[in-house]
Order: sequence, then structure tokens, then C-alpha cells
Amino acid sequence: MSKRKSRESHMTVGQCVSQAQKVLRQRFCHQEISTPPVGLESQHKHLLELLRRTAVHGESNSVLIVGPRGSGKTMLLNYVLKELLQEKDVKSNIMLVRLNGLLQTDDRIALKEITRQLNLENVVGDKVFGSFAENLGFLLEALKKGDRSSSRPVIFVLDEFDLFAHHKNQTLLYNLLDVSQSAQAPVAVVGLTCRLDVLELLEKRVKSRFSHRQIHLLSSMGFSQYLEMVRSQLSVPLDFPDSKFSDEWNASVKKLCEDKSVEEVLRKHFNSSKDFRSLHLLLLLALGRVTVSNPVIRPVDLLEAGRWSSVDSKANILHGVSILELCLIIAMKHLNDIYEGEPFNFQMVHNEFKKFISRKSHTIHNFEKPVVIKAFEHLQQLELIRPVEASSAKIQKDYQLMKLMLDHTQVLEAVQRYPQCPTDVRQWATSAFA
Amino acid sequence: MPALVEQPGYERAKLCALTERVPCREAQASTLLALLGEPEHYSYPSIFIYGHRASGKSHVTEAILQELELPHAIVSCVECVSAGLLFEQTLLAFFGTEAPSLLPRSPSLSDFVRVYKQLCTQTPSSQTRYIVLDRAELLRDMEVNLLPGLLRLQELVDDNVTVILLSEIVWDKFRPNTGCFEPLLLHFPDYRKVELQQILVQDYHPDYSAELYGSYISILLGVFYSVCRDLRELRHLAALNLSKFCEPLDREEVKESDTHKLWRNIEPHLKKAMQTVYLREVSSVQWEQQQQMEDKEAGALKGLSAYAHVELPYYSKFLLIAAYLASYNPARTDRRFFLKHHGKIKKTNFLKKHEKTSNHLLGPKPFPLDRLLAIFYSVVDSRVAPTASIFSQISSLVTLQLLTQVGHDDQLDAPKYKCAVSLDFIQAISRTVSFDIVRYLYDFL
Repeated sequence: MSKRKSRESHMTVGQCVSQAQKVLRQRFCHQEISTPPVGLESQHKHLLELLRRTAVHGESNSVLIVGPRGSGKTMLLNYVLKELLQEKDVKSNIMLVRLNGLLQTDDRIALKEITRQLNLENVVGDKVFGSFAENLGFLLEALKKGDRSSSRPVIFVLDEFDLFAHHKNQTLLYNLLDVSQSAQAPVAVVGLTCRLDVLELLEKRVKSRFSHRQIHLLSSMGFSQYLEMVRSQLSVPLDFPDSKFSDEWNASVKKLCEDKSVEEVLRKHFNSSKDFRSLHLLLLLALGRVTVSNPVIRPVDLLEAGRWSSVDSKANILHGVSILELCLIIAMKHLNDIYEGEPFNFQMVHNEFKKFISRKSHTIHNFEKPVVIKAFEHLQQLELIRPVEASSAKIQKDYQLMKLMLDHTQVLEAVQRYPQCPTDVRQWATSAFA
Repeated sequence: MPALVEQPGYERAKLCALTERVPCREAQASTLLALLGEPEHYSYPSIFIYGHRASGKSHVTEAILQELELPHAIVSCVECVSAGLLFEQTLLAFFGTEAPSLLPRSPSLSDFVRVYKQLCTQTPSSQTRYIVLDRAELLRDMEVNLLPGLLRLQELVDDNVTVILLSEIVWDKFRPNTGCFEPLLLHFPDYRKVELQQILVQDYHPDYSAELYGSYISILLGVFYSVCRDLRELRHLAALNLSKFCEPLDREEVKESDTHKLWRNIEPHLKKAMQTVYLREVSSVQWEQQQQMEDKEAGALKGLSAYAHVELPYYSKFLLIAAYLASYNPARTDRRFFLKHHGKIKKTNFLKKHEKTSNHLLGPKPFPLDRLLAIFYSVVDSRVAPTASIFSQISSLVTLQLLTQVGHDDQLDAPKYKCAVSLDFIQAISRTVSFDIVRYLYDFL
């Protein structure tokens, strides 16, 4: 044992880095859960208690977990389920059905999925159910036959719950919640959604059968907690094979979180959003820069990642348009200024551009109209301009009304950043009459 | 050659080969590779790569996946008219030829996830699987749940799989109403002028020196760079016009060092190319044929748009002219233009241009049939009976898409029309019947 240990502690730097990358990537990308979620203790307790009552006592329940995207709804639920399944008497006792609103887009598919996950396929297979109604009837019959004491409880997890509310007549939701209200087989219906107004989407009869128990995951985290979370997310676990490396790594992470410039980046990020996902994204970007030659995350890596995740993508696209296209955008901006946001067509833009060429441009030559049309169409493909009314081959292309999808400052900034922008174009951009 | 693209976990030789395949894109390739990580590690569930057309998005992605021999499926969303085709191609690339047959007819995303899960437990892969979706903007037009579903595919199938989306359009235009799993955004910047030059010079003609080709490329860029930055388009133009550039060299009139003379020779030719080949007025085959025929001047061949004139019957021409006048003139000026004895209309009063912008900027206005006929009788000199043939000519002009009918409320009772032809077209028509249309247009008074 000791021999093995000594060999392990002499991993090369490359192996260590690779191992650390592996652990952290699994955490960031795959949303691995190992520790109880931070800052959600009361919600965690509530949910665990509720599900345990279903699993152990056979009580039927329904609950909605509501929170913005990336606030850890799935993570909380998965952790609770994992905890629950570790309990001895529960593990063999409950059945779990997971549905996702993105996958099960109508009730028929959802029903098939339920039968499949409850392993009722064989039973159904013999009877050859044709219609949806028969299938549903069978399933309900199977659930009705059970009672509180004898049958196994079923936990239904409905991810993207709001999408289930868009099904026709909300049949599935009605039936599931109806079972949970009446004395039949014990079920727990757990819905996960990011819509706060989800109850307004439900029909009256469905709503009345729902228990109105909601768990809100609204993060009340302060910045110091956030920093602490960054530290814990970046640290490698204690069971890391090379203890020397892990100590160094964790120390460097601690130092990193105390760095002033890093704190600034994190504060900026914190101010824009508090969710786990965007934090993971930021940390992953920084982690990607860790190599053998620099085996720890440096402040500069995080700064770079922060800059990366906060770039304006439209500005990036504007940087790459040709000078003719930039001129057209400036012309559109002037039209917007003069006519106060009224839509324009190609003829007006071309007219404005021609005025510029004839009046003061010395660097831009006079392009033929079809060439300008081609540039205009390219802008439309990039969706920087959009037709006001969709459709219609009926209107001639030159006269189709368009809207510019950029605002004033974006255009001006693009002109400033444009590489080797001719001076007269720059002047024209800042003032329409100069 | 050293590998500029570095990432642990891959063989050095392969990285070198990769570096050679992606000129001027080493930085992007290495960031992408750093994000993908080592093959056994988990990678971010979805990566969104955006950048202009021909900025090497698909090329770099494909080069990485092919050179490093990672399991991948490359799917073009243009080909996949239905989601089912997309699923089939993905399964085919990952699990062999048998896999797509497991999908039912017209599969849903649910079926795909189920089959994928089933197959991936049978043949687990230690490496990350990649699904590359080219032209991802078309995914928005497919079923609403497809894009959010693909973005969180890793979670749904519970496998080490990464979806890479390639698009020209920024991510902001993709986001669904209720949000979705946010992908990692990666931007491929446009090539700078130097980089374009460097890439274009790579495919020089073996008969001539690289320097000569370099100077040719810089002349080409000098003409086209302000209009077009598309590498593929520039490459196409470079290949088309090379023979013209080398013509004086072949005739041994100028030496290779005499760049000024070469420039003088090629520049007008390239300018002409911008108006013809670049707009696809003249096809590239025609352009090449033209270059071989020395005596013919380039551009003398009629382009596509020169064929725009159509042969119309005599009255149809007048009907079209009348429609154009009705569309582009305000109705209050009709008396002045088309009535012989219109009494006194004050010129100042008539010419009050309170609407500053002319109708030729705003586009055609709809007009009723009565007005069209009234103008028609006024511009045609002879007496025309309102026969069935006249009315059928109007409706045939509609089918030819020279006129469009506005509002489909009533076919027979007072239909309204718009004229859908350009000024050049109508001028050409009116010249054939010797009618001076400009004299009758309010905008040109």
C-alpha cells in the first residue's frame, strides 16, 4: 500500500495537470454533483422531506421547483434523489419516471415514455394498444388498482414543466395530478420550470388539483459567498492522487481569489448574472489556458476569460464587413436619425450613399448599383437589417421596407474600431452634414 | 515545422499536420482545441462558432476532427429538410450503418435520444463525440424544441457528447423565448488583408514565380477588397483572371519585373470583372471564352440583365406605360398631364413638393383599374375599344409579374394594381413605341 502511494505521489506535472483538468471539466461541463448545494439548505430540506414522505409513507404530492435558468434546479433535484436512493428501505421501493418537455412534445410520446420507463412495455405489448385513449386507460387502471399501503410509489419528474402545459387539453397533467389527489397509487409529481407565471398557464381544473406547493430557487447570494463558491468550484477534491500538486493547486486558487483584478472581473460577472452556468463557462474558459508550461490558473487567464465572455458579438461581425457595407450601414444610421426610426428601402439608402460619394468622398469610388445591391443583400443575410413585413416576392427588392437592427452607438463604435477606415467615411459617420 | 497548435493529449505529428492545414487560423484552432480538451475529458455541451462567410469555421473544425481522428458527425442543416434526416446522419456516423434503421418513421427528438442512449450503452466510447451542425441558422426554422434540445444533448443522453454549431449569424438571434442552455461562444474573426494575401498566394501557378503571383494578388485585392472580403469569391476571381494578367508575358511584350505595365494592362479588366463576373451577369465559362477571343472587348457580351426586355404586344406596352405613370404620379396631377384642356393650374400650386421625397424613392403606389384605363386612353393616340382582349392583357401582365394585384378582396369589382417594373425597363419599352415617358413623370419635372 505504501509503495503504491509513493509511486502515485510522483506523477509528472503533465499527468497532474491532465488529471486536474479531468476533474474540473467534469464538474463544469457535466454538472457533476458531489456536495450539497450551497445556499439552498431550506429548499433542500423541504424537497427531501416531501419526497421521503412519498417514498416511505406513500403520500401523494405535487410540487413545482421554480427558478431562473442555471439556478440549480436539476442539480438540487438530482442531489435529493441521490440522497433518497441511498436510504435502504427507499431504494427498492420507489420507481422514477423522468420526462422532459423538450423531448416529449405531445401526450402520446409522453405516454409511451412512461410505459417504457415503468417497464410496462411487455404487458402493453401483449395487449396491442392501438389508440392513445386505450393506452392512457390502461395506465390509469394500473395506477388505480394500487393503493397507499401495498403499491410502490412512483416519482414523476417533469423537466421543462411549462412546455407540458402547452399540450392539447393538458390531458397528461390533468391525469397525473388527478392521481396524486385521489386515493390511488402514491405518486409524486415534481415539475421543474423557469417560468414564474407557470400557474397561469394551467387550466382551471388542472390548477385546482395541483397542491400549490412551490419551491423557489431565487439566489440570495452575496458577493463574498460568490467568491467563496468560485474558490470551492475551482479547488480539486481531497482524494486527488498527487497530494503535493493538489495542495499547490488549491493554494494558488486561494491566492487567485484574493487578487484584486480577479475580484473585479468576478464582480462584473456577478453583477450581470448570478447563475452557476455562466460562472462555469467563465471558469472553463480560464481552465482551457492551463497547460504544462503554466500549471496553475493565473489572474491573467481569468481576465482574458472575462474579456472573452463579455464581447459584443455584433461588434465582432461589424468588424468584418467590407467598406462598402460599412458605408451602407452609416447611410442607414443617418436615415434613422433624420426620419426617427421609420423603415427605409434600398433606394433611399442608395440615394444617401450617392449623396455622400458625390459631395465629399475622395477615397471611395463610385460603385455600380448592382454591386451596391449585392452588398445590401449580404447585410440582410447577416440579419443586420430585417424586412419589416416578412415575405412577399410581390414587392420589388429595391422597395422592400427594412429596419436596421443596430443602434446608434454600435454603429459609431464599429466605425471607430474599423481597421484602416478612410477619414472621410469616419467624418461622415459622426455628422450627416459635414 | 513546429506545431503552433499545442494541446496535451494528442500526438505531436498530428498536431503538426493540423497546423499546416489551417494557415492563418492557428490561434483559433488552438483556442478551439483548448476548449475541447483532451479526448477522454468532458467537453462543454455546446459550442457556437460564428464568423463571416469563408472565415474558415467549417474548415478548421473539420480539420481538427479529422486530423486528430476524433469520433464526429458533420451534418449540414441545408440538407436536412426534416429533423429525421439529421438524426439518421448522426447515428450513421457514430454507430455504423445499422443504427439508423432503429429509428421509427418520422422520428421525434425523443426517439433519437432513446436510440442514442441505447446504442451508446452498447458501444461506449472513451472519447468525446462531436456533432457539427453547419449553417445552424436553419435550425431555427425547424421544430421549436429541436435547438434547445440539441444544446443540452449531453445532459439528455448522458454521454460525453458535444454539439458544435456553425453560423454566420450572431447568437442573439437564436435565443428562444424561454431561454435555453447557453452555448460557449467562439468568434472567428475575418481575415486581414495581409492574411488574405498570404492564403491566396499559396495556390500560385507553377509556370510563373511566386512573386509575380503575389503582385497579381495585390492588384486584385486593390480592386476588390473594398467590396468583397469573401475568400472563396476572391479565389474564384483570381483563378478566372490570371490568364489575362499573364497574356503580355506570354507574348513577351513585358518582363516580369515591369509591374507597372502589368498593372495598367489588368486594372480595367478587373474593374469590368466586378460589373460582370462578380455579379454573375456573365458566367465564368463565358468570361473565359471571352478572354480567349482577343478581338472582342470584355463586357461586350450581353449580361443576364441585358436580356430583361420582353417582347410585348402594342397595347400591352401602352398598358404597362399607363400603369407605370399611375403608380409613380400622384393622382392630383393627372389632370395636368393627361387632359388637353385642363384649364388653369397654377404652376407654383402644382409644383408644391410638400412631400420632399420623390415617389421613385418610396416605391410604386397602388391604383384602381379605372385610373389605369383613363390614362391608357389618353396616352394611346388612336381610338381603342374596351374589348375583352384589353382586359385579358391586363391580367396577363399580372401573370408575367410586370403588374401585381394589391389586396385580393375583389377580382372583378374595382381591382387595384401596382406596377412592378423599374425605370430603365419602362424607358426601354416606351422608346420602342416612341413615347417620351420622362415628360410625363412628376418626379422629373
